[in-house]
Amino acid sequence: MIKQFGRFAALRGVSAEFDPGRLHAILGDNGAGKTTLLRGLAGLAQPTQGTISIFGKSPRDACREIGYMAHPSLLYDEMSGMENLRYFAGLYGVVSNARCEEVIRSVGLDPELTRGVGQYSQGMRQRMSLARAILHDPRLLLLDEPFSNVDIHSAREMVGLLRGMRDAGKTIFVVTHQAMLLEGAADEFVWMQAGQIVARTATAERGRAQ
Amino acid sequence: MTSFWAVLSATLVKDIRLEWRSKDALNSMLFFSLLVVVIFVFSFDPLAEESRHIVGGLVWVAFLFAAVVALNQTWARELRNQVLDAYRVSPAPANALFLAKSVGNFLFVSVLEALMTPLFIVFYNLHVLGPAWQLIPIALLGTWALVVNGTFFAAMSLRTRNREIMLPLLLFPISIPAVLGMVAGTTAVLTGENSAHFYIVLLLTYDVVFTTASLALFGTILHAE
Repeated sequence: MIKQFGRFAALRGVSAEFDPGRLHAILGDNGAGKTTLLRGLAGLAQPTQGTISIFGKSPRDACREIGYMAHPSLLYDEMSGMENLRYFAGLYGVVSNARCEEVIRSVGLDPELTRGVGQYSQGMRQRMSLARAILHDPRLLLLDEPFSNVDIHSAREMVGLLRGMRDAGKTIFVVTHQAMLLEGAADEFVWMQAGQIVARTATAERGRAQ
Repeated sequence: MTSFWAVLSATLVKDIRLEWRSKDALNSMLFFSLLVVVIFVFSFDPLAEESRHIVGGLVWVAFLFAAVVALNQTWARELRNQVLDAYRVSPAPANALFLAKSVGNFLFVSVLEALMTPLFIVFYNLHVLGPAWQLIPIALLGTWALVVNGTFFAAMSLRTRNREIMLPLLLFPISIPAVLGMVAGTTAVLTGENSAHFYIVLLLTYDVVFTTASLALFGTILHAE
């Protein structure tokens, strides 16, 4: 796929196939095209050329099977975590309060918290954002810098959660600058540079050496 | 398919809750309308007969300008933290979001009208000479005309750099037929000189046409990059 914004090519011919049920870490410098690739997979950025197929469908048609966590929280600051999740659950036809509570607990937060998400710490917001992305139990999870501004203890907990989801058969893409956090958890490290995939390695160290 | 009405009602309740907590749109609209009323009162000192001829225009221009404030707010809160992207990646129907936003804005602007109309009546010493009940369909249809177009064009100008300027530039010209209908209809009822029936039909037709067009095009606007 090629993705251009005016004259600027954010992706210059990415052609790849990714195995399902694996955790793929996407790495690269700022401006390498990682977020654009993720937005393309989420159906938020249409390819200028080429196509994207997710489980045999276009991203829009597969949207029920995709969970997307962006760099901003995608949450309403004035509403509590539970209120946010109840609203977004409704968009996917999930009506169970118990499911919202279960997901909030799974990311290590308390569903009884009544204050607005805007008053959460950055780390709590990131966890709540992850909760929103996994709320409808998607088969494919797209996470853009989920560990940024999260303390190391919380980040390791999040990695443990992702590892559990991968083991349960989910396909996970994580865009991150913190490759070492995913060492041992990710099945593959995908290295991007100037809008292209330049290497796919089994360990972060080997990719860095290449 | 996610239920259209469930998404519509959830989005409407969410918007009312957010507005109730922040009161961003209502406070700014009320303050703006109050200013307009006071400025008009100081600028003109009409007799009761003259008032009946000009108040229709004053009222609707004040509500139109005030509504723009609410219409800008309605999408601004979806841009904070890029929440709109969460809607765009979901299977929820685009039109449910559009209708929920339109109904929400309709409620907010109606509250403003309910609060401001008594002030206009008192300040301009108004006595209705025609069938007063006709003011109700004129107000309902006129308000819907403003908010349905306003909600659509506010969404369209979301990604422009100067969206707060773009909205009135797009909205006002296309609202001219509706504003003419509202002003002429209101004046007809206040003075009792003409029937407002034609203007009510005009507003109804305008609403049907623009609501249909907005619903047909909103999906493209929502998913545009």
